[in-house]
Amino acid sequence: MRKTLFRSLFERTLTEPPPPVDEAALAQLAAGIDRAARQRFGRGLAIREVDAGSCNGCELEIHALTNAFYDLERFGLRFVASPRHADVLLVTGPVTCNMREALARTYAATPAPKWVVAAGDCTCEGGVFAGSDRVVAGGVAAVIPVDLYIRGCPPTPTQLLAGLLALLVQPAT
Amino acid sequence: MSVFDAIIGGYPAVAGHRPWPRFVIDSAAWNRAAEGLRDGAFVLVGYWGDADRVHLALAEPTYASGCVLTLPCPDGRFPSLAVTHPPSARLERAIQDLWMLTAQGAADRRSWLDHGRWPTSAERAKADYAFLPVEGEGLHRIPVGPVHAGIIEPGHFRFTASGEAVVRLEARLGYVHKGIEGLMAGAPLAKAARLAGRVSGDSTVAYALAFARAVEVATEAPVPPRAVWLRALMAELERIANHLGDIGAICNDAAFAIMLAHCGVLRERVLRTANTCFGHRLMMDRVIPGGIGVDLADEGAAAIEALIRHIRDRFPELVELYDNTASLQDRTVATGRLQPALAQRFAAGGVIGRASGRAIDVRRHPGYPPYDDLPFQVPVREDGDVNARVWVRIGEVEQSLALLSLILSRLPSGPIAAEVPCPATAVEGLALVEGFRGDVLVWLRLGRDAQVERCHFRDPSWFQWPLLEAVIEGNIVADFPLCNKSFNCSYSGHDL
Repeated sequence: MRKTLFRSLFERTLTEPPPPVDEAALAQLAAGIDRAARQRFGRGLAIREVDAGSCNGCELEIHALTNAFYDLERFGLRFVASPRHADVLLVTGPVTCNMREALARTYAATPAPKWVVAAGDCTCEGGVFAGSDRVVAGGVAAVIPVDLYIRGCPPTPTQLLAGLLALLVQPAT
Repeated sequence: MSVFDAIIGGYPAVAGHRPWPRFVIDSAAWNRAAEGLRDGAFVLVGYWGDADRVHLALAEPTYASGCVLTLPCPDGRFPSLAVTHPPSARLERAIQDLWMLTAQGAADRRSWLDHGRWPTSAERAKADYAFLPVEGEGLHRIPVGPVHAGIIEPGHFRFTASGEAVVRLEARLGYVHKGIEGLMAGAPLAKAARLAGRVSGDSTVAYALAFARAVEVATEAPVPPRAVWLRALMAELERIANHLGDIGAICNDAAFAIMLAHCGVLRERVLRTANTCFGHRLMMDRVIPGGIGVDLADEGAAAIEALIRHIRDRFPELVELYDNTASLQDRTVATGRLQPALAQRFAAGGVIGRASGRAIDVRRHPGYPPYDDLPFQVPVREDGDVNARVWVRIGEVEQSLALLSLILSRLPSGPIAAEVPCPATAVEGLALVEGFRGDVLVWLRLGRDAQVERCHFRDPSWFQWPLLEAVIEGNIVADFPLCNKSFNCSYSGHDL
C-alpha cells in the first residue's frame, strides 16, 4: 500500500482536460429544457443510471467516466444509488417490454425538476434491436420524455462527457 | 467408441452439420441422454428450441468431442431433462417461453424469460411470479432490483435472510430480453454479425468470433491466417480488459477502492490501445464471418507492446497489494465458496469453474486456431471462494499478456478476410469460444442464400447464475455484492 501511494505521489495526474461541450447537445437542450430548472440545478447534478435493456456496452463506458482519466466528479456530476436522489436519469438500451414498467416507475420516483438523457444508438427507436416485438417500439421516448440523446454504439466516455457537460451550461440571461 | 454410442447407435447423422455430428433421435434415446447427464457421463453444453423440435448439445467430459441431439416434438411436448438434471432447468423454461413447447414432467412450471409483457406472452406468464417458498421463524425477505443501486444490468434478486445470514437467494432474470434470436431469423450475414456482437457488449469479440466461426464451419469457408491471429489478439485484449475491471470491482465491493482506481486506469489503457489498433474501444464489429473487418493499424503493434510493458510494470504491484492487505483478504477468503462437485455438475465454465477445480478452457479442448499452436497455461484452483476467483483472473491476465506478445511475434501477413461461400443447401454449424466469462456457444442454420434461418446463443452465465444462489447460502447479506461481482454473470447474454 505504502509503495503504491508513494509512487502515485511522484506521478503526473492522469486526468485529462474536459472535451468541448457538445454543440449538438446544447442545441437539443436549448430547444427543450426549462430554463428555470437549469438555473436551479446550478453546477451539480446527481445521475441515476437505468439499464433498460442495453447489451452492457454502454454501462462499461459509463463506468469508465469515473476512472482517473475522465474523473466525472470534478464537474459536479455524480452517480447516485436511488432515483429519489437523482436530477438526471441516464437511460441505456432499447427499452425491453420486460423493463418498460421498471423504467416508468424509476422516472416517477425521481423528483421534479428532472432530465432524461438517453445514451447509445439503441435508445433511439431501438437501433439494431428495432423491429423486435420484445422491445418497445419507439425507444426510450415512447416511455418517458427524453431531453438529450447521446449517440454512439456505445458512445465513448468522451462523447458521454461532452453530452453531460452540456447539462451544466447555464442559459444566457 | 465414444461416450455417445449408447444414445446415437443406429441413428443416421444429419447431413451438413459441422463440426460435431447431429442426430435426430426419438424419446427412448432422449431418455438415455437424460440418464447420461444425470450420471455425469457427458456434459450439457447447450439446450435450445426450434420450430417443433428441441436440440441438445453434449460434450465429452474433456470437451474433446461432442454431438447434437434433436428430438422432434410434433405434438408440442418433450420429456423434461430438468427432472433428473437440474442445470438444464432454466434453459428448459426458456425453451417453453420462446417456442411454446411443453417440457413434460418438469417440476418447475414457471415461465422464465416471459414476464407476461410480450404481445405473444403465454397466459401462465401473466400471473404474479411465485417465488419459491421459504418457511421458518423470524425470516425476512429483501427484494432487490430490477433497477439496482450501481451501474449494472437489471435483474431481480429475492433474498430470504435470518438475521444477517442468507437462507435463500432466488434470482429472477429476463428483464433485458430483446428477442435477439427472433431478429436473427431471416437476417443476412452482415446484420446477423452486428447483432451477435451485441448479445453481450462486454464479450463482443467473443460473441462475434463464435458467430463467425459457426458460419465458417457450416459453409467450410477459409479464413486467412492473419485474420485468425488478429482475432486472437482482440480476444485476449478483451479478456485482459474485463479481468482488470473485475479485479478492481471485486475489491471495491469490499470497500477497497484504491484497487478499483488503479485497475480502472489499466483497463482504460487496454481500451485505448484497442481503439488505436482497431478503431473501436470494445472492438465491436471487428470480427466478421470470413475474417476481420479492420486490419491492425500501423502503430498498433507498438501500442500493444507498450501496453504489455506498462501492465507488467504496474500489475504485480497491485497483485502484491491485494495479497498483502489483510482487511481485504478477510472479506474474500472463504466467502462465497463454490464446491467443486457443484461446479462440475453444472459444467460451470470460465473463471468460476476454474476457481473450483474444473480445468476446462475451450481454447484448449475442443480448441480452435490459433490457440492449438500457442502455448499457454490454464490457471486452476480448488478453493472456490471469492479469493480463488480473484487469483484465477490474475493468472489469466498474466497468461493473456504472454499470448499477446506471442501473437504479435508470429503475426502472419496477407489478406484479412475471404468471402463466405453461399451454401448450395441449408447447412448448420456449431462453435464454442472462450470468452472472459467462459465458453460461449453459437449454433446456427444457414439457408441457401446465406441468410440465417435459426441462430442460438448460449452464454456461459446460464450455468453460473444458479450457482450464485448456492454459494451465497449461509453468507451474510453484505457479502452478496462481493460474491456477485466475483461471478460477474451476464444479464444481456443470458436474457437474449
